[in-house]
Amino acid sequence: MDAILLQLLNGLDKGGAYALIALGLTLAFGTLGIVNFAHGALFMLGAFCAVTFNKFLTLSKSVKDESITFFDAYKEIPYLEIWWGDTGTAIIDYAVPLSILFAIPVMLFIGWALERGLIQYFYKRSHASQILFTFGLAIVIQEIIRHIFGANPIPTPAPAIVSGSANIGLFFGLGENIIYPWWRLIYFSFSICVIGAVFAFLKFTTFGMVVRAGIQNREMVGLLGINIERRFTIVFSLSAVVAGVAGVMYAPIVPPDFHLGMDFLVLTFVVVVVGGMGSLPGAVAAGFLLGILQSFAAMNEVKEILPGIDQIIIYLVAVVVLLVRPRGLMGVKGVFED
Amino acid sequence: MAIFSVVVLTMPIWMKPFGAAYPDILQKFVIFGVFAIGYNILFGLTGYLSFGHAAFLGVGSYTAVWSFKLLTMNIVPAIILSVIMSGIFAVAMGYVALRRSGIYFSILTLAFAQMCYNLAYSVLTPITNGETGLQLAKSDPRILDRLFSEAGDGLPSTTFFGIETSGYSGFYISAVIMIVVFYISLKIFKSSFGLKLKAIKSNQNRMRYLGFNTRPYLLTAFVISGMYAGLAGGLLAATDPLAGAERMQWTASGEVILMTILGGVGTLFGPLLGVIIIKYFENIFSSVNQLDLHSLYSMFPTWLEDSLVAISSLFVGEGWHLTLGLLFMFVVAFLPGGVLEGLQLTYRKISVYLSKKKQKKHQESEEDTGVNHGK
Repeated sequence: MDAILLQLLNGLDKGGAYALIALGLTLAFGTLGIVNFAHGALFMLGAFCAVTFNKFLTLSKSVKDESITFFDAYKEIPYLEIWWGDTGTAIIDYAVPLSILFAIPVMLFIGWALERGLIQYFYKRSHASQILFTFGLAIVIQEIIRHIFGANPIPTPAPAIVSGSANIGLFFGLGENIIYPWWRLIYFSFSICVIGAVFAFLKFTTFGMVVRAGIQNREMVGLLGINIERRFTIVFSLSAVVAGVAGVMYAPIVPPDFHLGMDFLVLTFVVVVVGGMGSLPGAVAAGFLLGILQSFAAMNEVKEILPGIDQIIIYLVAVVVLLVRPRGLMGVKGVFED
Repeated sequence: MAIFSVVVLTMPIWMKPFGAAYPDILQKFVIFGVFAIGYNILFGLTGYLSFGHAAFLGVGSYTAVWSFKLLTMNIVPAIILSVIMSGIFAVAMGYVALRRSGIYFSILTLAFAQMCYNLAYSVLTPITNGETGLQLAKSDPRILDRLFSEAGDGLPSTTFFGIETSGYSGFYISAVIMIVVFYISLKIFKSSFGLKLKAIKSNQNRMRYLGFNTRPYLLTAFVISGMYAGLAGGLLAATDPLAGAERMQWTASGEVILMTILGGVGTLFGPLLGVIIIKYFENIFSSVNQLDLHSLYSMFPTWLEDSLVAISSLFVGEGWHLTLGLLFMFVVAFLPGGVLEGLQLTYRKISVYLSKKKQKKHQESEEDTGVNHGK
């Protein structure tokens, strides 16, 4: 029982990441009609925003270490610590959550630049050329990141106060064996918050209403005299931001390296297809569902019966779902049907 | 066809000025040529964009190496077996994936390929030898070889009835195979089967209304192109008997797509052209290092030299993938018909320009004579 609960929790944070990326992908699909293979790269860029911000905060000056008297020793002390003392240390400690603030404008800009600079010329092209173009774009982004940050994963620690584990079992009165890292819990709640925010934005604002109408019938919305182009740009930037913050918060869980995006991209595409293209709730539900399934398949008991199932469970589910329900779990009729 | 064969077989001669006349890269040209020709049968004719063809390449390689290990070092059974194996895989994959079209198809094939890749790395390590890759060993049984001769010292090399298949002989064997499969694809392009595939590309619904069940045709095309990929994988293993899982990664599928598109989708020679361009530049770009760059820019002043080196070192050596990505974007954006179409366009423009010039001259001369008459 405990093991099952633990795997459920394990699935939730991974599912959160899938859901966030899939959400952005679906937004771009549904409104812009763009199949964005570079979306995983945006997720990775988000993670590297955290890395950059962390590096930026810990810019250091070498200072003579007074505690060692035998020889001249130098240690690196971040400028922030020199200037502000303990406050500076605290800021450095909270680098990852703070870098969300840094990542949002950066990702907004990147999303805007990509859409205006490149993607907008592909609205009228076939899906195949969209896929291929964004595939090339993803390679380019990935290689640039590799050139700047190197090929090794860069560990980015979470704040010290939440780096331990929470004894959830005790908290809910379920026994003492369910111990779970704080940061993953935070990631899960964070992803729920972001998803909630995006849904609220789409549900309760006029802008969101237009976007939803656009998913239903793009041409009609354009005919009603709404400047759909400008909104497209905003939607694309929004999807970039969602992917970006998902990446920022994921950095402490998996140290980001340059092919993080590609690894996630393939999975997220499968998630989107399983959820049903163009369906936002479908994308979120499928994200969590597949995350949980994946973590269950990674249990030793399951692996003993079916070796290797943890590697392929997502793809198997995708194949079965597509054959049984060709539109995906919650596919909308008329979206992306050829 | 005869001209084509001559051109291919004389590659070692006319590639010399380009500095690509050594067997290693020539083998790559023809082997990936087979791969791209096969891919073109699916993507070029039916328009179905598969992201999973690298899986067949990998399956072919693994099968061939296993045949070297278990049966004989002769490449004939290895290649036949790898074609059959990848054909079986293609039937399984195509049966499921072809139920959907468009991007669903792309994603399904991608999922399949990733599945194979992940499995090759994890559970199937007894078969695939995981990250190290499958290699020959001295203790392999090689049943058929043992029937005729004793095991010699050291690792045996792959042979084609006694001819070693590395170096130039490997190139010629692969080249002959490529010419044969090119001929087959030529026939497919011209057959009624090929016409039906083209019809599926232009309008599948209309095909259905006309009473054709499109799926068998699609499946046949998919399996044929999968077998081509398996053949290429088998040849890769025949010229260099080791197989690794990285051949199955989806970036490898991306590369073959790029080759096909760069050369020209749906044209006969386009994919081959794309293969030569990509493999040639891959070879050059990834071997260049900082020193070469410094000597290349040595005529410029130092500050310019350094900055030029810094910029271009982004694109060479390890950065070859960056160049590849940029090339990818450029080709898809500006040359969706590929280099062949680009050449045709420029040719047409030039000829139009020339004929205009001629007309102008003609007119001018007429006017001249007219003026003369007036006088």
